[in-house]
Amino acid sequence: MEKTASSGALESVPALLLRNAAERGARPAFREKEFGIWQSWTWAETEKEVEALALGLINLGVKPGDFVAIIGRNRPYLYWSFVAVQSVGAVPVPLYQDAVAEEMAYVLEHCGARFVIAGDQEQVDKVIDVQDRLHQFEHMIYLDPRGMRKYDHSRLHDFRHVQEQGRAAYDEFMPELVRRRAALGYDDICVMLYTSGTTGRPKGVVLSNRNILITSENSAAFDHLTENEEVLAYLPMAWVGDFIFSIGQAFYAGFCVNCPESPDTMMTDLREIGPTYYFAPPRVFETLLTNVMIRMEDAGRFKRWLFKVCMDHARKVGPDILDGKPVGAWDRFKYALGELLIYGPLKNTLGFSRVRVGYTAGEAIGPEIFDFYRSLGINLKQLYGQTEASVFITQQPDGEVRSDTVGVASPGVEIRIAENGEVFYRSPGVFVEYFKNPESTADTKDPDGWVATGDAGFIEEATGHLRIIDRAKDVGKMADGRLFAPKYVENKLKFYPNILEAVVFGAGREMCTAFINIDLTAVGNWAERNNIAYASYQELAGHPEVYAMIERHVAEVNESVAKDEMLSGCQIHRFLILHKELDADDGELTRTRKVRRRIIEEKYADLIAALYDGSTEIFTRTEVTYEDGRKGEISATLEIRDAKVVGGGERMAAE
Amino acid sequence: MLDASEGYTTADGRKIGGVLMEMQNITLRFGGVVAIKDISFDIREGEIRAIIGPNGAGKSSMLNVISGFYRPQEGAVIYKGRKRPAMKPYQVAQQGIARTFQNIALFEGMSVLDNVMTGRLTHMKSSLFSQALWWGKAEAEEIANRELVERVIDFLEIQHIRKTPVGRLPYGLKKRVELARALAAEPSLLLLDEPMAGMNVEEKEDMSRFILDVNDEFGTTIALIEHDMGVVMDLSDRVVVMDYGKKIGDGTPDEVRNNQDVIDAYLGVSHD
Repeated sequence: MEKTASSGALESVPALLLRNAAERGARPAFREKEFGIWQSWTWAETEKEVEALALGLINLGVKPGDFVAIIGRNRPYLYWSFVAVQSVGAVPVPLYQDAVAEEMAYVLEHCGARFVIAGDQEQVDKVIDVQDRLHQFEHMIYLDPRGMRKYDHSRLHDFRHVQEQGRAAYDEFMPELVRRRAALGYDDICVMLYTSGTTGRPKGVVLSNRNILITSENSAAFDHLTENEEVLAYLPMAWVGDFIFSIGQAFYAGFCVNCPESPDTMMTDLREIGPTYYFAPPRVFETLLTNVMIRMEDAGRFKRWLFKVCMDHARKVGPDILDGKPVGAWDRFKYALGELLIYGPLKNTLGFSRVRVGYTAGEAIGPEIFDFYRSLGINLKQLYGQTEASVFITQQPDGEVRSDTVGVASPGVEIRIAENGEVFYRSPGVFVEYFKNPESTADTKDPDGWVATGDAGFIEEATGHLRIIDRAKDVGKMADGRLFAPKYVENKLKFYPNILEAVVFGAGREMCTAFINIDLTAVGNWAERNNIAYASYQELAGHPEVYAMIERHVAEVNESVAKDEMLSGCQIHRFLILHKELDADDGELTRTRKVRRRIIEEKYADLIAALYDGSTEIFTRTEVTYEDGRKGEISATLEIRDAKVVGGGERMAAE
Repeated sequence: MLDASEGYTTADGRKIGGVLMEMQNITLRFGGVVAIKDISFDIREGEIRAIIGPNGAGKSSMLNVISGFYRPQEGAVIYKGRKRPAMKPYQVAQQGIARTFQNIALFEGMSVLDNVMTGRLTHMKSSLFSQALWWGKAEAEEIANRELVERVIDFLEIQHIRKTPVGRLPYGLKKRVELARALAAEPSLLLLDEPMAGMNVEEKEDMSRFILDVNDEFGTTIALIEHDMGVVMDLSDRVVVMDYGKKIGDGTPDEVRNNQDVIDAYLGVSHD
């Protein structure tokens, strides 16, 4: 693309910052609750803060092309760090803050980060732990000085001190900063994000300014985002979605990014801010709904009755009203009454009163959960995306929202379905490369720019919406050649509030079996109401009544799976309830909480064998990793149950 | 031997100042029972000083003497270089000594924020009249106090329960709220009565972290009583060991750990 003087001015995030400071300098850009009060920074103030930090970075010796790691929870200072790093021509690399030191060591060494900007002592400690193994690491900047007084400060710097030094050296370095900022163009790297990767080592996805800015522009136009939006930034900064929402779109459209006081106060802060544009993975919506339902169970009889009557009506007409379809006047009147009595107050409690556009993505969302929020009048939609696409591949336009599709191609995106069902896409957002990994880049992206998603799906002919079935590599065949799509069944299981996670096995086997993880909040509450005593997660998970309940859920899922002719072979014949929650610290889930099949299959080989050899119980020992990295072991005897299956799916004779 | 006027430097490089409080030959009796018998030791500025001992050794009595709640029959308490006269507990508080209690003493019906605000009471100067009318000095004072309290809340990471009534909190968090209230008073000497009692390992680790951070950030002198030997040895700069009302050891954790009397008191000796 040809660079002209005018477009060149807006070919990077720092350029957008300068524009915002000039055009809407007095509007709020960032807010953070601290010491119980929302502190805010206007675009003009933000510009000055970023400038001071950028000058400080030059002072510390950051050179164009350097990689600077950013680790911490969502705070304005760290968002400024992204832009300051970009301003000096370096590349920001955000890391997941809950990663253990080992994982950090790999990423820091792989990108060869010379500098690290860390949120607090916890993150600093992790980097110090591994710094001897990092060849290029030089300096670390920390934000929260708490507990850091006694540290050796030869390579450690206080964030504010770096800014002060930058301000002091204004005359000396400003020309250099202006020069470096002006040199930024569409082809420069905007950010490098490591994908957590369901298999193997994380890969560094290189996204250029072109990827991020054009995607932000297109997606902001799709949902008519303006400078009046409010978002709450609470999802990990290392995740591409947060980067697009809180930096890409926020800087493009000029809206305000709000940071919660602490991860624990998220719900209160959400209510206080009342975002207009909101994003959450299905898990968050599930948890919220579970909490609402649990609290309703504890309410008085009249309130429960009122809630039920209103919600029944909302389910009937709510989604249609939201989609602008014709609804009778009497039903509209009843809905308005419900809004006054239940929906309005409930949305207010949840912090969703002002949500104009809400998105969920990352996993399939249960239809009941999805419909619940839509029937309340919350415009919740689904999108399908990847880090490699700068998020957007498909999304649902207003008025065409359904729980079983992921929408139509986003603006500027082309979609193609390969013969084996795998979804391919091509767009301006398509990543440049995997850092230092040409083989993987070539495997994923062909010379014409088509990228393999790794997901299998199809496009509905009537509507043009994309439907995703499963990971392409997970879709397999059973021993008798029937189609095996584990995720499809797992999602159906996970739609029950009592089931947190499920892993289905069956590739190359005669029948399907499953591991189930119960949801401690939902099942614990159920146990309390039914006077079932338990001392630990393990004991609750193994309780006969819990088993009976899960058995009913599995039977219902089998019934529903049996209706789909293609997939009727995926009914679950035998299952067990795991004695521990699957955990990212144990490597069983990715940091974005996706199941790592390969690792689970290796780790629990004994349990899988027992599922297939007909035994009714099995004794097992499992290694667990605590949050501080120490390891321990738990042992348990697990019961294995047969589940009811529906005709056509009967187990074939084993021999 | 330690000099009375000059301090020392700890193993991790903190400077410990001069004597803040000195107990001189304290003896405390309840009728015929001698709870504390002729005990002397000092607490220096900036240090973490522990008092340990088996059950019934007289630790809590000692802490109550320090806090002015009990009046010893013999001996003297020298605080900031002056002999302390008989005082009411609130007068002791005004002198900059704050404490937490073994059996949590919070206002259960009040929110965490209000509870912590009560820690500022001794610092409020405006009259009852102006406070009731929210007029004059009262407003500015309340805002300044609230700001300090918010810093304590941030420091102890209890923002998420700011507005929660204390009665609804689990035990471990109540302990933290109590520490917050004591800290809000900006004490020069902080007394902690069994801060880890009844906690699980994780809660103990958190509490230890907070105690160390308080000492490090604000330079607060801390005297604590604790049962858990491991915790005490890790946290404290110097330790007084009591048994049956007598002092049987005093020194750094290493010195105390190798003291034969202390080993006997904790592990027991055969009486043959």
